[in-house]
Amino acid sequence: MSLENELANTAPERIEANNVSKSFTTERGKVLALDNVSVKVGEGEFLCLVGPSGCGKSTLLNLIAGLDQPDSGQILANGENITSPGRDRMVMFQEHALFPWLDVRGNVLFGLRLKPGLNSKERQEVAKYYLHLVGLEKFERANIHELSGGMKQRVALARALAPNPRVLLMDEPFAALDALTREHLYGDIQRIWEARRKTIIFVTHNVREAACLGDRVLLFSPNPGRIRAEFRIDLPRPRDINSVELARYSTEITTALKGFTAGEGQEVSE
Amino acid sequence: MIHRISTLAFFLILLASWEAASRSGLWSPVLLPSPLNVLEYMWQATWDGTLWTATLVTMQRLLLGYGIGLLFGVPLGLLTSRFRILQDTLGLLALGIQTLPSVCWVPLALLWFGQTEAAMLFVVVMGTLWSVLIATSDGVRSMPPIYLRAARTMGSKGLHTWFNVILPASLPYLIGGMKQGWAFAWRSLMAAEIFVTILTGFGLGQLLQYGRELLAMDQVVAVMVIIIAIGLLADRILFSPWERFFHKRWGTGSVN
Repeated sequence: MSLENELANTAPERIEANNVSKSFTTERGKVLALDNVSVKVGEGEFLCLVGPSGCGKSTLLNLIAGLDQPDSGQILANGENITSPGRDRMVMFQEHALFPWLDVRGNVLFGLRLKPGLNSKERQEVAKYYLHLVGLEKFERANIHELSGGMKQRVALARALAPNPRVLLMDEPFAALDALTREHLYGDIQRIWEARRKTIIFVTHNVREAACLGDRVLLFSPNPGRIRAEFRIDLPRPRDINSVELARYSTEITTALKGFTAGEGQEVSE
Repeated sequence: MIHRISTLAFFLILLASWEAASRSGLWSPVLLPSPLNVLEYMWQATWDGTLWTATLVTMQRLLLGYGIGLLFGVPLGLLTSRFRILQDTLGLLALGIQTLPSVCWVPLALLWFGQTEAAMLFVVVMGTLWSVLIATSDGVRSMPPIYLRAARTMGSKGLHTWFNVILPASLPYLIGGMKQGWAFAWRSLMAAEIFVTILTGFGLGQLLQYGRELLAMDQVVAVMVIIIAIGLLADRILFSPWERFFHKRWGTGSVN
């Protein structure tokens, strides 16, 4: 495989969840994290999953990643059943999950070393390309603990992008960062999404973040985890998190979110 | 530099006080030899080869026993950390045996193996194995599970995960366990050498014991100083560089 082939954009994948249910047994009893949830994610779509904690949005992401199996229902990638993690679907976690025993470049190379068809020199080139894409080529020899929180997430992004997946699954990747760093990363992730055409499924509890990034936003509610509403964000890119139009969308979503969390309150009080 | 000076000053004062105490005449010189006597013994015993031979014999026993302890302790610890059934059985056994001071193995070893090298080796291995096993197992289990999840998403599994994720992630703990094992091996060997008199080799512990029997206090103290020196040296040569490396990579603790 030549380097140009490796760096060329792969066709983004279509993801489908059909009537998926998943429950967990916790100390307080059985929790239905996902109740008969169906989602279709188009090729190259940027989909945001929003909802309060415990609504099953991260559970759905883990199922798509293949890290967990649904109790019932099907998860399909381009029509094929997902049963295990795969190189076509890379995950970015809330905690950066970088390996402290490797330096920045070593982390980006980790997934590449597991990818067949590349020689050592090509892997180095690919790693360099993605480190440049996230603006960290100067830090390739740095140790992980020497980086700031935002830089760590950039490395995690480069590591996830490096094997050239068709889908990027992001689980609240910016939740632990300060506002200014997050704003920078909103710009970066939109730029990279435009450049690298991936299907992105992005989990967050931040409504404004979802409205800023997503083509579409799905609103989840907990106990049991269900999809309650869908919003299409028709705004040109790149979007500014502080724009007035974006605020309108986020108000609309927040109102809907309050609507059904109030309902939850009534159920509890009964 | 200032650290070096304070360290040096501290030990010089210690030696001076010792010399002063032995010259004061308050204690019999038989019981409290002066540092100069001790140094003289060291010089003479090094010259006639006694110290070298004893140190060599002791180091051979130590390295062999420690090596065997690591050879079994590390893999068993790794397995114990990953399999619940081993944790509930072998892990518990190790925890129990580890509370047993290693000198307690000596009577059993003497009855089983007699006054032989095997008895000596047995005591050292028993002293090392269990503490290494526990330290290794605890270390691996304290690894954040997110590393394994991240590795799985990138296609790592089986042996690749063991060698590229689990082992490197627990290396700092492994080194900690090996260091603890070294200290345990050293202690058990000295206990064994003091109690087990054998003709095949004359170690530092035996030299210490004969010093007592001959009422040669300068010999007793000299051998103790050498035992301390070897312990310190081992720490500096074997473990400190690794620990410094991990502190730098992981960003844990302070680098000194």
